[in-house]
Amino acid sequence: MILSLTTICMSAGVILAGVNMYTSEPIALAKAAALEAAIKEVTPAFDNNPLQDAYKAVASDGDSLLIYPAVKDGKQVGVAVDSNTKNGFGGEIKVIVGFDAEGKLVNYSVLQHAETPGLGSKMQEWFRTEKNKQSVIGKSLANGNLSVTKDGGDVDAITASTITSRAFLNAINRAYSAYKGTATDSATGATRSTDKKEGENNE
Amino acid sequence: MNKLKVLTNGIIKENPTFVLLLGMCPTLGTTSSAINGMGMGLATAFVLACSNMAISALKNLIPDKVRIPGYIVVIATFCTVVQMSMEAFVPALYASLGLFIPLIVVNCIVLGRAEAFAAKNGIISSSLDGLGMGLGFTLALTLLGAIRELLGTGKLFGLSVMPEEYGSLIFVLAPGAFIALGFLIAIVNKLRKA
Repeated sequence: MILSLTTICMSAGVILAGVNMYTSEPIALAKAAALEAAIKEVTPAFDNNPLQDAYKAVASDGDSLLIYPAVKDGKQVGVAVDSNTKNGFGGEIKVIVGFDAEGKLVNYSVLQHAETPGLGSKMQEWFRTEKNKQSVIGKSLANGNLSVTKDGGDVDAITASTITSRAFLNAINRAYSAYKGTATDSATGATRSTDKKEGENNE
Repeated sequence: MNKLKVLTNGIIKENPTFVLLLGMCPTLGTTSSAINGMGMGLATAFVLACSNMAISALKNLIPDKVRIPGYIVVIATFCTVVQMSMEAFVPALYASLGLFIPLIVVNCIVLGRAEAFAAKNGIISSSLDGLGMGLGFTLALTLLGAIRELLGTGKLFGLSVMPEEYGSLIFVLAPGAFIALGFLIAIVNKLRKA
């Protein structure tokens, strides 16, 4: 009885070790490729390897975010910030946000989320669609944080998904604050708007 | 029982989802779109066919008293193989199915077929039974996924069929899964009795 169970477990172990050896490299490659594709999508054209030059920066709320600099011909043309927020309707949202050298938002890509399918999950497309005040592309955060129109900002929230929209903009604001460093004025603004969001989450 | 009958048994007569009502958790959880349902169904079909084959081959070596732990180890092994392969070669599908892949281990269809069929029949019949059950499961999940995707978002396999405004969100969410599944079971029951 013990012998047969041991044999089964050992052969299972051998098979899994073999499969792991065979797949660990493609898994790592696929993850790196997905990240690199996301960085490429959100930053101006670059010729360095952002994955190697990545560094950590502290966002307004003391959390540190990973920043991938995009350098072309020795000059920094922008960055991609691996940002996140815990204010999402279904938990954490991970967004990679790209800024150019002037601090304007180039593009973004949602890496991971657990928002309601068909409502909050629209954020991948919503905030880059040129319609009314939906789009955040090309906006500069130098004059303060982005917020939804309901909170007095100038970005239209996703219909029926205000919480997701706020969380998404929170991730973008955090990305900007990490990029520009906590010393700038926008940092205090970020803290304030975060507090407001939490107060209104049960809406 | 002839081999063809063994294969089609799982697809129609004893379809695991519509007739046996086994494995409801992945059925309701992963069918928010047709492609997700199909991916989940095919992953389960692979595990089911392989584990049925392995268990049928090992049935005389495993003493009766420890057969359940033995079966579970075999099933878990194939399941992990599927999980690793999916993560390596179809990362997009893996990202959307994520949690449900390891849960194939505890899918009652897999252990149910091991106990009810593979432990009593030969290797070829057992793999055919696993394959048939798996295909039946895939068919059911794809159908349910397609209906929910079409009614919920107006798309089919990601292609727009009708404007999204006509979609009713409830079908993408959990209640819509129950409603659609209920109607499908009723229709299948009617067809089977006719």
